[in-house]
Amino acid sequence: MTPDLILFLVLALVAIATALGMLFSRNSVYSALFLVLNFVTVAVFYLLLGAPFIAMSQITVYAGAIMVLFLFVIMLLGAESLPKSEVLPWQKPLAIGLAVILAVESTYLLVTKARPTGDVLAPDAAVNTMENLRELGMKLFSDYLLPFEVTSILLLVAMVGAILLTKKEKGVQK
Amino acid sequence: MFLSEATTSGFSYLAPWLVFFPVIGLLINIILGNRFSERVIGTIASLASGAAFVVSVLLAYTVSINHGEVSFHELAKWIHIGSLKLDWTFRIDSLSTTMMLVVSGVGTLIHIYAIGYMHEDVRFKNDPGRFRRFFVFLNLFIAAMMILVSGDSYLMLFVGWEGVGLCSFLLIGFWYEMDTLARPSWANSNAAKKAFITNRVGDFGFLIAGFIMFWQFGSFQFDEVFGKVHEVPESAVIAITLFMLVGVAGKSAQIPLYVWLPDAMAGPTPVSALIHAATMVTAGVYLVTRSAPLYSAVHNAQEIVALVGAATALFAATIAVGQYDIKKVLAYSTISQLGFMVAAVGMGAYVAGMFHLITHAFFKALLFLSAGSVILGMERGHHHAAHGHHDDHGKGKKGKKKEEHHEEEHHEVFDPGDMRNMGGLRKTMPVTFWLYMIGTLALAGIFPFAGFWSKDEILLDTAKLYPVVYWLLAIAAFFTAFYMGRQVWMVFFGEHRHEAAAHAEESPRVITIPLMVLAGLSVLGGALNLPGVHTLGHWLEHTVELVEHEVHIAEWLEVSWGGLNPYVALISTVAALLAILVSWFIYGRNPLKAGQIDPLKRSLGGLFTLLEDKWRVDEIYQAIIITPFARLSELLADVIDWKFWHDFVHERIIAGTYNWLSNIALDRYADQKGIDAFANWLGTASQWLSANLRKVQNGFVRSYSLSVLLGVVLIVGYLILK
Amino acid sequence: MVPVDYYIILSAILFTIGVLGVLIRRNALIIFMSIELMLNSANLAIVAFSSVIKSFSGQIFVFFVIAVAAAEVAVGLALIVEIFKSKHSIDVDQMSSLKG
Repeated sequence: MTPDLILFLVLALVAIATALGMLFSRNSVYSALFLVLNFVTVAVFYLLLGAPFIAMSQITVYAGAIMVLFLFVIMLLGAESLPKSEVLPWQKPLAIGLAVILAVESTYLLVTKARPTGDVLAPDAAVNTMENLRELGMKLFSDYLLPFEVTSILLLVAMVGAILLTKKEKGVQK
Repeated sequence: MFLSEATTSGFSYLAPWLVFFPVIGLLINIILGNRFSERVIGTIASLASGAAFVVSVLLAYTVSINHGEVSFHELAKWIHIGSLKLDWTFRIDSLSTTMMLVVSGVGTLIHIYAIGYMHEDVRFKNDPGRFRRFFVFLNLFIAAMMILVSGDSYLMLFVGWEGVGLCSFLLIGFWYEMDTLARPSWANSNAAKKAFITNRVGDFGFLIAGFIMFWQFGSFQFDEVFGKVHEVPESAVIAITLFMLVGVAGKSAQIPLYVWLPDAMAGPTPVSALIHAATMVTAGVYLVTRSAPLYSAVHNAQEIVALVGAATALFAATIAVGQYDIKKVLAYSTISQLGFMVAAVGMGAYVAGMFHLITHAFFKALLFLSAGSVILGMERGHHHAAHGHHDDHGKGKKGKKKEEHHEEEHHEVFDPGDMRNMGGLRKTMPVTFWLYMIGTLALAGIFPFAGFWSKDEILLDTAKLYPVVYWLLAIAAFFTAFYMGRQVWMVFFGEHRHEAAAHAEESPRVITIPLMVLAGLSVLGGALNLPGVHTLGHWLEHTVELVEHEVHIAEWLEVSWGGLNPYVALISTVAALLAILVSWFIYGRNPLKAGQIDPLKRSLGGLFTLLEDKWRVDEIYQAIIITPFARLSELLADVIDWKFWHDFVHERIIAGTYNWLSNIALDRYADQKGIDAFANWLGTASQWLSANLRKVQNGFVRSYSLSVLLGVVLIVGYLILK
Repeated sequence: MVPVDYYIILSAILFTIGVLGVLIRRNALIIFMSIELMLNSANLAIVAFSSVIKSFSGQIFVFFVIAVAAAEVAVGLALIVEIFKSKHSIDVDQMSSLKG
């Protein structure tokens, strides 16, 4: 039981717990908050895996921007809990069954068939951030320049789309 | 067929004209006859027959200058298939020329007679237009008979045989829609059918004989057959001769197929004279004579033929005693005389048989034609009486009537041929009377008329060869004289029993002159074959031979006064005179009065009734043969053919099965319940399928995403398993 | 030294939870959040693998994923707001007009 293993297990438990909490909580706000916690946990994972930049962008973009946006909308729409009318009675059991099967199948597949052997980075190698960052930046602007630029256009389009969708024909009404 | 020598000396090339002249005559009458008067039609027909007679004379002359040698004349090749060669060849020898002369000679005389007879007959029956038809048929008969006697093979003989059978049918049924008393009836046509059908039974026998002959001998031609008689198994020859006897029994009216001849008297009298006395019925005798080599080879068959002939002679003679119709007496007499002839030729006495054939043709034709004259006279008398005095003569004396005679004002049914209506015609019809007497005496066999010589020769030959037959024939000769005497006393002597007899008139000359010719022949005909001289015998010897069997001849038969045996002649003459005397005792001394019952009936009672009823032979045939046959054919037609085959097999089984198959099996089950149901099920199933598949599209996103998950799970599972 | 399998298992579990969330919950926002969770679990797996093979391609890929996720959330939430304006409900079971 090395320390990173213990750390991993604890963090894994937290991640799973928060995910389940998001799933099962009746209040939408609680669900969102649970998800934020989940994202933060995953960011810690990224750090452990030697991807500090990704960890930071996870926290900044995901937990900071996206979840805030979610909370805005929840606030806008009202965090009401929906009544328990069921029009699809078979949905829940079937979904749970199939999901479990999927989990087992995919685990099995990835672990036995498509598995890269090896361990992840040792913790000390993961800490060396400045080297990683420089290399990441170099790669980003040389090999992956096109996707980088396209992503910027994508963000522009998303922005335009969001504004357009919420804009009324009869004029701008807030 | 292969020796068609036309001899350079002689007229054998004229042979086909025997047939052609009558055919031309009938064609002229058919095509152009509707414009001619009766006289012209009759003259054309008589000339045609007369021309055939002239040709016969020339052909006989040919034979005589060739010293009896036979000549041939091939007219046409008929069937040539492989080795089978059947031709139409004329055979000119002494036997065939004899027959030709008799047929055409007597035939021509009868044609002339028929001009006068039919002139009156069609007027009595109210159909003058039918005159022409009679002469067409008569000429057709002459042509067919010529084919029969002049043929060189059994095949041509059979062609003529069938032809005369047809003409007999046509002429018997000449007044086909009425009976002899001119009332609408089936009687005449039934008589014609009876003749044809009975003849057919005989023809059947002839055909079987022909088949066996062809099978054994390989040919129909006379010389070929006769040459091979001894090479062929005897059983075949016996079979042939006996089957031919069946044919002879049919055509020449022997037992058991004689029953058509009395009914054939339904035809006009010239027909009875020509066909049923002189010519057609003698075809059987000719056949046996022609087949002499065959018969001579089998003695047993000869005995059978002779016995059949003798039995017929006696049997028919007894029936003739009880008949009341003038023509029926003569008909049974004909059957009886044919029995004489058949007995004679059956035993091998061919010359005697042919001699009797010739003389019988003379006096029987004379008798029939005279009877026709009597009938016409009675008809004339009846008409005079009916138109003359209505009141007195409607009632009063009538002869003993049969059922069809009943009293009405003007439509009294009168049978001119019934002897019980006659009587005393000697005074009113003298010429006919004397002619009839000559015929009677000839038939009875009284010296020196023709019948004496011919009958005597038969009796002599049978006495020598076959005594049983002789005694039968002798008794038959006794009866012959008896019934002829009875007839003469009843018809010509005594008082008139009916006013028709009282007013009867003599016939015109066109009728009586041919009769006189025939009477002359009946008187002088004996000269043809006087004993010792044997003119006819020598003539015929070229063709046939009298076969002398080795029999023990009694001494008294050996006596010969120049060929004539006095004992036989004496016995037959005494018997005939005795018979005439007996008949005078019964009928002549106390002549019958009107309404009186026949005296023999009183004495013989039931036996006489049987004789009247012809021994009930027709009734026996009806019961044994005809009725069962009719029932059998009804059974076959109605039950087996209609009910079984049609109703059951066809309708129920075949049609029913088919209908069941198509309607029920195929239509209802296979088609409607099977294929239709399947096709409909397809539609219903796709509706059900689509209705159920539609439920997948419920509009809920979550269920769609569940489907996606399901697909993912399956794909991943597949990847795992791969 | 954590074997990469553990990260894989964790990623699978998080993904399954996200799938469950999409299928079970009727609130459109919760469904959206579950989708983000699924994306996240995939990111985790990629980064884990890239650390094993010591390459930066995985991190760059994750970077782009995050960017795209942000854009998608923006548009999606705008859509949900619009739907709410017409249907006055964010129950996805109410949005079944495409039923066939």
